[in-house]
Amino acid sequence: MQHGKYRFIVGFLIAPMALYVIFVVWPFIQSIYYSFTDWTGLSPDFEMVGFDNYTKMFKDDIFWKSLEHSVLLAVLLPLVTLGLALFFAFMLNVGGRRRKDAVISGVRGSGFYKIAYFFPQVLSIAIVAILFQFAFDPAQGMINGSLKAFGFDHDLPNWLGDPKLALWCIMAVLVWCTTGFFVVLFSAGMASIPKDFYEAALLDGATRFTTFFRITLPLLWDTVQSGWVYMGILALGAEGFAVVNIMSVGPGGPDYSTTVLPLYVYQAAFRDGQAGYATTIGVALLLVTLAFAAVVMKLGRRERLEY
Amino acid sequence: MGSTSAHNNEGLGRRDLIKRSAALGVITVPTMSFLASCASGDSGSDEKVEKGTKSAENPLAVNESAPLELVIFDGGFGTKYAEDAKAVYAKTYPKAKVTFSKTQKIQSVLQPRFNGGTPPDLIDNSGAQQMDMGVLVGKKQLADLTPLLDAPSIDDPNKTVRDTLRPGIVEMGQFDGDPVWIMYYAYTVYGVWYSQTALDKLDATYPENWDDMLALCAKAKKKGIAGWTYAGKYPYYLPFSLYPFIAKIGGVEVLDAIDNLEPKAWEHPAVKAAFEAYYELFKKGYVLEGTPGLDHRGSQGAWANGKALFIPNGSWVENEEASIIPKDFKLSVGAPSSLDASDKMPFGTIWASGGEPFIVPANAKNAEGGMEQLRIMLSEASSKSFTSSTKSLSAYNGGTDGIELSDGLKSGVAALEKAGTNVVNPRLQDWYVKLQKEQIGVSGLGEMMAGRATPAEAIKKIQGYADAAAKDGSIKHFKHQ
Repeated sequence: MQHGKYRFIVGFLIAPMALYVIFVVWPFIQSIYYSFTDWTGLSPDFEMVGFDNYTKMFKDDIFWKSLEHSVLLAVLLPLVTLGLALFFAFMLNVGGRRRKDAVISGVRGSGFYKIAYFFPQVLSIAIVAILFQFAFDPAQGMINGSLKAFGFDHDLPNWLGDPKLALWCIMAVLVWCTTGFFVVLFSAGMASIPKDFYEAALLDGATRFTTFFRITLPLLWDTVQSGWVYMGILALGAEGFAVVNIMSVGPGGPDYSTTVLPLYVYQAAFRDGQAGYATTIGVALLLVTLAFAAVVMKLGRRERLEY
Repeated sequence: MGSTSAHNNEGLGRRDLIKRSAALGVITVPTMSFLASCASGDSGSDEKVEKGTKSAENPLAVNESAPLELVIFDGGFGTKYAEDAKAVYAKTYPKAKVTFSKTQKIQSVLQPRFNGGTPPDLIDNSGAQQMDMGVLVGKKQLADLTPLLDAPSIDDPNKTVRDTLRPGIVEMGQFDGDPVWIMYYAYTVYGVWYSQTALDKLDATYPENWDDMLALCAKAKKKGIAGWTYAGKYPYYLPFSLYPFIAKIGGVEVLDAIDNLEPKAWEHPAVKAAFEAYYELFKKGYVLEGTPGLDHRGSQGAWANGKALFIPNGSWVENEEASIIPKDFKLSVGAPSSLDASDKMPFGTIWASGGEPFIVPANAKNAEGGMEQLRIMLSEASSKSFTSSTKSLSAYNGGTDGIELSDGLKSGVAALEKAGTNVVNPRLQDWYVKLQKEQIGVSGLGEMMAGRATPAEAIKKIQGYADAAAKDGSIKHFKHQ
């Protein structure tokens, strides 16, 4: 029965593969093609310009700034988000004191916290960005308002208006709205770790700290790694774009302090009428994203445990 | 968890497969395929409609039964005025099927249609998602509106449409040479907007020179009111009063040199003087605290609530903030104050120019219909309907008699009368959008007014951006005639 196996598999895969090629791979190839043209996006005629767009890109300060910020987001955001999510998920599922006959349990009120953490996930990223834009408003916003209530009156930060703070404000918003998802994801992962492991650890007198690093994290590693890639791609792509585009000064400012690659793609294509150049930056973004995924997969590889 | 991973065989596990395809899919979709999806189709293969018969009633030879398609930007002015004019067209040409649609997303709706060569017949290319005019003109995507301008006007057959327009409107629609690509329908007065009531409370009149301006700001500061605020998140509102200020100090040639991207244009002493005057507002603490973090609605709100006296803005602010401007506000617009006696232009010099750019695409099937619709809109009756529903002037010169003018509009008309021929019209914002908004606005003026750059540093930076734009071969360059 082995000889028909591949034909059988191919038969099933041909339709989805075709869809994938038409709607995912083909636009890709097209975009790479357009990156060698002077296409404006506003007219169907364009010419091949060879590597002009690439030379321009390498000399473009704004491109390098955008790249720097995108890479910073892709490195820092997963670190902070996943770190927080792991901590919260651990406390919600395992970190509680031993009560009654449950072997492991979360801290008091963990059911409520789970919902509270997940809540931002049900809001659209655009709504979150607009809400925080109001919160960061230096004159009428909630954040400076609270500072005033605590007696700080002078030289309150300008948040999004300050080039030193703006990118951090935007990162904080991204962390706020993505952590909840990973709390739930990691909770699900932790639920499938056999209870006897924890029981054994407890009998040996392990602390929460040891339990986390010796049992939970290693058994959860696959999920963490997937989360890492997913989060990095969010930061490099859609979410990073939406938040910067809606919240930041300019957008992308003040003084290019928050600009990111997808924003630059968007501006070049839809503001400056330079769709060809935009696809060039798109290609750069693609390479960065692939490199990011490859690095995380490679570095994250470790031996798998079976249970 | 391991149960779903592959560990026994060499192939891809389910999770690996998902991970990898997700990685590929997620990057591709948002960043690139959306660009390629609007990739070029066939260019304008569709037939144009036949012309109709030219007559006194139909000077543009509109085909009376040809369908007409209009796409109107639904922004600060709403679309009622355009719908009213559409009704007139439908009445004049009852056999024509008129399609009307409104949107705020001009670019995303229309870019693919330009690319495919099937654009509508008339477009109001306005708003944040405006299509770049320089590119449209450079790529020959627009129809020349000269036939419209030379056609007799609706109200008086002895006058051409051109004769009925406000000064500067026709020139604004030209890019290089004679053809007129754009018909600006609204007429915007830019300047320093304030509440006469607020000034009355301080026992002051609008300061006609900079020393008075500083004195008034000092007086206001003592009462806890800031002198100025501006759209800190979009500092490209600052030029609305700053550019005419520069022209006033150094003459209109300085602005022309800036528009023409001439080397060292920004290093003119008039620019330096104007920048230093504005910077002094910041240095002396006359700018509302927190302004660099406010968006346009935030700053306009603070200003309307009396937290600041002055704001650089355009005449649309009256309609935009109608719901929060207090009844007794007495909205007024002031021309830039004089810097000193050596100013080249008199007090009253102001920036006024066309807004709401209407275009007829070169590939439009019924271009005559699109122009005829514009001709209807430029009649006295349509212009009045626009002015009364939007509190703004239109490109039609006149048409304000017999309708009750709002405070701001009245003050705008008075400012135009005072200015006489001293109306300036800087073109950076329609010629070089990125340079104007992001580079001069956010990185130059925004940084200076937030106190993070001195005027000298800001000028050096802006000159650098202007030089780069002048050298960039992928940007189409324009010059004042």
